[in-house]
Amino acid sequence: MRILYCHCAYAQVVPKDVKNEVLERLASSGVSFDAVPDLCEMSARKDPKLKELAEGEVRIAACYPRAVKWLFNGADVTLPDEGVQVLNMRVETAENVVTALLATNEEAA
Amino acid sequence: MPSLSDPTLRVVLYEGAGSEPLADSDRAALLRSLLERGYAVSSSRGEGTLSPTGNGTLAVLGRFTEERNEQATDETGQVTVHFRSINGLDHDGVMGTVDAIRGDHQVPQPGGWKPWFPVIDYSRCTNCMQCLSFCLFDVYGVSGGGKIQVRNQNNCKTDCPACSRVCPEVAILFPKYKSGPINGDEIDAEDLRREAMKVDISALLGGDIYQALRDRSAKAKSRFSKERDEDRALKERQRCLIKLQQALEIPPEVLASLPSPDEIRAKAEVAKARAEDALSLQKVNG
Repeated sequence: MRILYCHCAYAQVVPKDVKNEVLERLASSGVSFDAVPDLCEMSARKDPKLKELAEGEVRIAACYPRAVKWLFNGADVTLPDEGVQVLNMRVETAENVVTALLATNEEAA
Repeated sequence: MPSLSDPTLRVVLYEGAGSEPLADSDRAALLRSLLERGYAVSSSRGEGTLSPTGNGTLAVLGRFTEERNEQATDETGQVTVHFRSINGLDHDGVMGTVDAIRGDHQVPQPGGWKPWFPVIDYSRCTNCMQCLSFCLFDVYGVSGGGKIQVRNQNNCKTDCPACSRVCPEVAILFPKYKSGPINGDEIDAEDLRREAMKVDISALLGGDIYQALRDRSAKAKSRFSKERDEDRALKERQRCLIKLQQALEIPPEVLASLPSPDEIRAKAEVAKARAEDALSLQKVNG
């Protein structure tokens, strides 16, 4: 299971303390992960990297799952219904997001 | 906004075999700074996996314990990899290293544009083409198969969610909008009722807001000519604009930048014709 973190760098809609704490705790977790400045910006320019980011099982720390799904779709990338989990940093606490991101598959099930 | 054809750069903070780990605080600070400068960055540690890299330039930064060539190409020839030791570099030194690689490969400066544009939820969209008819800025287009698409994201007016307000199916998202359901939050019955009410408000203004603008403008002009009351005409137009602005949440600067009534009429007719063509195509395709 891969981890993808979106920093929502170009707007202030994700609470700064939440996204920074999620990033810090991921950084000290010992786990590899991908981080992008802003999924919206990548979707707008149909960045081919989105296809690579969507491959296989992935947990995404970003915003609303519906927004994330259709942002990928807007770049002609289908985010599969199975094997993808979107954690919403706009409404969840950093603790909840990090716990879900780092959960084992058994814990997540 | 950088285009698809521009070269890309991905940064990897490497802490695997042949390197020494970074301090947790340094790693977090570097990741945050790189992201805020607009770089995609991966933290490569002992556990877990990263996404593949199909093409472009990789800047692999690490506290390497072995000598490495500074530059290499993967077996496909599609990925150029730059290895840079960050031993002894401070925070700004690391940023400068990455900026230099970006400059060498003529990767555009990231950022500089707030990604504000509509995103279509196709599970709700009925392809009614109202958004295409409504938008005066050519944000929307139609695919060869007659399907509504967001074509020119750059044309969208920052912080203007008006097209999502006129969408009868609540199918248009602006992920950076402040509240649901336009921001992508789930839609409930109350949202549907509220959104419908807002569409009704625009209908009260005459259904076609551009028509409403023109009518109000004409009335204001008429009063002005009869009564020679410039203030009254101006107030009437301002009242109309405020109503529109409140109903559709159109930022004042967008209203201020609207073209002249004749240009609006011409643009609206072109958009309407495109929408009608697309709807005809839908009927033909069954």
